[in-house]
Amino acid sequence: MTGPSGNGPFGGPGFTVPVLRLGDILLVTLQGELHDGMAEQLQQDITDRIAHTRVTGVVIDISGVDIVDSFLGRVLAEIAAGAGLLAARTVLAGMRPAVAITLVELGLTLPGLRTALDVERAMELLTAGERQAEGSP
Amino acid sequence: MRASRHAAPASLPIGSDADLAWVRQQVRQAAAELGFGLVQQTKLVTAASELARNTLVHGGGGHVEITPLDAGPSPGLRLAFVDAGPGIRDLDQAMTDGYTSGGGLGLGMSGAKRLVQEFEVDSRPGEGTRVTVTSWATVVPPTRPGS
Repeated sequence: MTGPSGNGPFGGPGFTVPVLRLGDILLVTLQGELHDGMAEQLQQDITDRIAHTRVTGVVIDISGVDIVDSFLGRVLAEIAAGAGLLAARTVLAGMRPAVAITLVELGLTLPGLRTALDVERAMELLTAGERQAEGSP
Repeated sequence: MRASRHAAPASLPIGSDADLAWVRQQVRQAAAELGFGLVQQTKLVTAASELARNTLVHGGGGHVEITPLDAGPSPGLRLAFVDAGPGIRDLDQAMTDGYTSGGGLGLGMSGAKRLVQEFEVDSRPGEGTRVTVTSWATVVPPTRPGS
């Protein structure tokens, strides 16, 4: 039986999650298996990027993620909390229905984390919020 | 003993992050082969991820035994997470939502229990812990005659 000791198809040490900058928004796309170490590294990367690029929003696309357990859920909530302290808002986009059902049963409803059905709506949510903020006295 | 036509019981090591990912993949594959629906698969894989992480973090590593059960009316999958760690001192406390000794959210044990149909913990202080969970694929209604 082949073991997991190699890096495998889903990355391992050295694998990085793509973080793209689109105007004032960082787009982070999670896909497939995310090792715990990678998730923690991602948290640090995103926080650094926000501080250096001064973006005002972060979209985390999890449409390619087939499970979110309490560890990944905690990392996502912490990314959003950290981004909030750096004046950026986070939207979690594209959660699969089976993942949503499972998270509720697990007892992890991620309060405080904004969600959108897909990346497009997440971007709209962030840019609409910005216009509102600019318009307010 | 409930024999399986699909696959023999498999034992996978749990000793690193990469092993957790491998366990999730193998559980997913075994559940899919047994005809679990997507939601049932997702619940079981999530429970497996929580329990395998407990084995790694609290038990100091161990292994998981994956046993397909297909002798009953509905196929099922049994997973036993085994470690030789310190054991769980207070099982009631460990099963409480929000209780954590490992820096997580404290949902591992209690959450995993809600995601499966059968859940059993056997833990002896100083000897180790064995958590056995079983999930059954949703019972498929019998096909109508002539269809």
